[in-house]
Amino acid sequence: MQVALLVTCLVDGLFPDVGKATVGLLERLGHQVEVPPAQTCCGQMHVNTGYAREALPLVRRHVEVFSGYQAVVVPSGSCAGSVRHQHAWVAQQAGDAGLAAAAEAVASRTYELSEFLVDVLGVTDVGAYYPHRVTYHPTCHSLRVLRVGDRPLRLLRAVAGIDLVELPEAESCCGFGGTFALKNPDVSAAMLADKMRQVLATRAEVCAAGDSSCLMHIGGGLSRLRTGVRTVHLAQILASTAGEATAP
Amino acid sequence: MSRTFLGMPTAPPGVGMLRGERPFPDAARTALADTQLRRNLGKATATIRAKRAAVVAEVPDWAALREAGAAIKDEVLANLDRYLVQLEERVTARGGVVHWARDAEEANRVVAGVVRATGVREVVKVKSMATQEIGLNEALQQAGIAAWETDLAELIVQLGHDAPSHILVPAIHRNRAEIRQIFLAEMGKVGLPADPGLTDEPRALAEAARLHLRRKFLDAEVAVSGANFAVAETGTLAVVESEGNGRMCLTLPRVLVTVMGIEKLVPTWRDLEVFLQLLPRSSTGERMNPYTSMWTGVAAGDGPQEFHLVLLDNGRTATLADPQGRAALRCIRCSACLNVCPVYERTGGHAYGSVYPGPIGAVLSPQLTGVADNASLPFASTLCGACYDACPVAIDIPSMLVHLRSRAVEAKREAHRLPAPEQALMASAAWTMADPGRWARALRAARLGRLLGGRRRRISALPPPLNAWTSTRDLPLPPREPFRDWWARRRRGDRAGGRATGDQDARGDR
Repeated sequence: MQVALLVTCLVDGLFPDVGKATVGLLERLGHQVEVPPAQTCCGQMHVNTGYAREALPLVRRHVEVFSGYQAVVVPSGSCAGSVRHQHAWVAQQAGDAGLAAAAEAVASRTYELSEFLVDVLGVTDVGAYYPHRVTYHPTCHSLRVLRVGDRPLRLLRAVAGIDLVELPEAESCCGFGGTFALKNPDVSAAMLADKMRQVLATRAEVCAAGDSSCLMHIGGGLSRLRTGVRTVHLAQILASTAGEATAP
Repeated sequence: MSRTFLGMPTAPPGVGMLRGERPFPDAARTALADTQLRRNLGKATATIRAKRAAVVAEVPDWAALREAGAAIKDEVLANLDRYLVQLEERVTARGGVVHWARDAEEANRVVAGVVRATGVREVVKVKSMATQEIGLNEALQQAGIAAWETDLAELIVQLGHDAPSHILVPAIHRNRAEIRQIFLAEMGKVGLPADPGLTDEPRALAEAARLHLRRKFLDAEVAVSGANFAVAETGTLAVVESEGNGRMCLTLPRVLVTVMGIEKLVPTWRDLEVFLQLLPRSSTGERMNPYTSMWTGVAAGDGPQEFHLVLLDNGRTATLADPQGRAALRCIRCSACLNVCPVYERTGGHAYGSVYPGPIGAVLSPQLTGVADNASLPFASTLCGACYDACPVAIDIPSMLVHLRSRAVEAKREAHRLPAPEQALMASAAWTMADPGRWARALRAARLGRLLGGRRRRISALPPPLNAWTSTRDLPLPPREPFRDWWARRRRGDRAGGRATGDQDARGDR
């Protein structure tokens, strides 16, 4: 199956290893990955900060770039959520019904990574090996916007060597919230403190999630406090095999 | 996108409690530093969350009930003009007097006038959000009338010269030791004093309140209430409560004045069956609330002999006029969204500056006042979506917040009041991302950020406004090579017959 990768601006610019892992994983499962070079950003940050007007050209670009593909995979719950639940709205706000319809069409073929693996490819055991103690944060937009349910956990449970420990109060928000982290830094930090407390209580080496943005926030806090716990994207765990370097 | 609806009544400034003195982030900072508050809130919201989850889970048709609740409210809102006139007719036919109040000032004037006409200087009150919203107690005080709150938590708030911080549990920010102090210090000033040997046992505190309030109930000639529901077809008003103080106020005094937001209607008696299931389970986590009082106009020789109904707009018509914001008027004030909100749980209600705090407050308050007057509230959320899941009338609060953020930005844009750094950030990001060439160059330029990393290979200090990030969080160094350059290099390798694989770093964010 030919798959277009929506890299996301954050992975492109700050976490390229997550993109490489996604490509590696999909190719290992026998699929051909395309990365349309004209893609930039889905516009989620602009929309969620109230700048829907500025997001319009980004939505238009996204729709043009990804219209020709039969499946678009994105290693981010919140970017997938934006494509599915915000793009058509942005177009409607601007009075562009044609763009809204095209955006809906692209959205209907866009999948967050765990959805694509479990629902479209029908796999839960991707042949990964990751001999570490891992706890999983489900992220709000994967959970409550996309409703991915336990798909990521099913994928993780099938990983060889993994010691997967349940995160207490996993479903509470980590406090990132995009520009919320900058506009309300104190509340964001208070929420992060509680999330870190739960992560540390698991004694995990690694906190995993399906969204680099939440991981940037949680990982930034864990690093600042020298906790020794690191954040790793779900794609990176699933891409790891016995033959590859897997040490945290 | 957003229009200004000229002539629509909005909640006027200077009266009532819909506007804070400080923007949310500032007020939140103060609240977060209050250790006692954090502990009280954490404990109380966790308890009520668990109770609600348990009683909602045991209703097999909860999803259908929720849809029915939303549909009934939407139908009411679409035909509000008709239902309000129908209600007025029914209430009048049964001996009640209906008053229409454009805003808080008009409503306060009406209530003060009714009370003054009776000649009394004291009223007892049933817990009511509408009267808190319009600042009725303060307005009555200015008119020389004392209004006594009779709900236990509202009494604590009133005696403590405090403001409510939760829709259902207004004294959620107080613990029992604080309540004991307030009772000992304040009850004697306004009525029966508390026993000097009062302990902070919940039973003892409740008994002190009971004794204090009993005298107020028996002396009262006028009561003021809100309403949870009004049935248009019968003209019946309904109040649901837990303590029985409402029942006292609604039955003992000679005169009853009810202040009700115009959105509180349901079309038929039958519709109550949906809401009387949704409300208690969502709000107190009970299968059924202990007291449900219903009355229709005046009944000779039974209960109040004079009944006034004040229908309050105060920004509701303006809210109704916004197709993307009007669903906020479905709200039945259960406060389930507050209890599941991770922001509310940490800041409490006062940080929102409005009687309507939490997620529903963040979408309702700015609409009642006009978004410019509460511009920080739509941003007081991570958009985590827990509120939408918990809402018994399925208000999509996260989407509404995003819509209101746009309205707030547009309003500031028109007034040239957007914060310069934010606007510059958004505009430059949009400009850069509008073109893949510019975007690629920007990513490569970001490599310079690697110079900011010290020995830890982390960025731990950035200049304002980005210091809001680094004050509590590190940032990883930008990579030597953005993903797109790796991909392009790999592609070239492919074409040259080789393949740049195996260079993904499974070691995560290092």
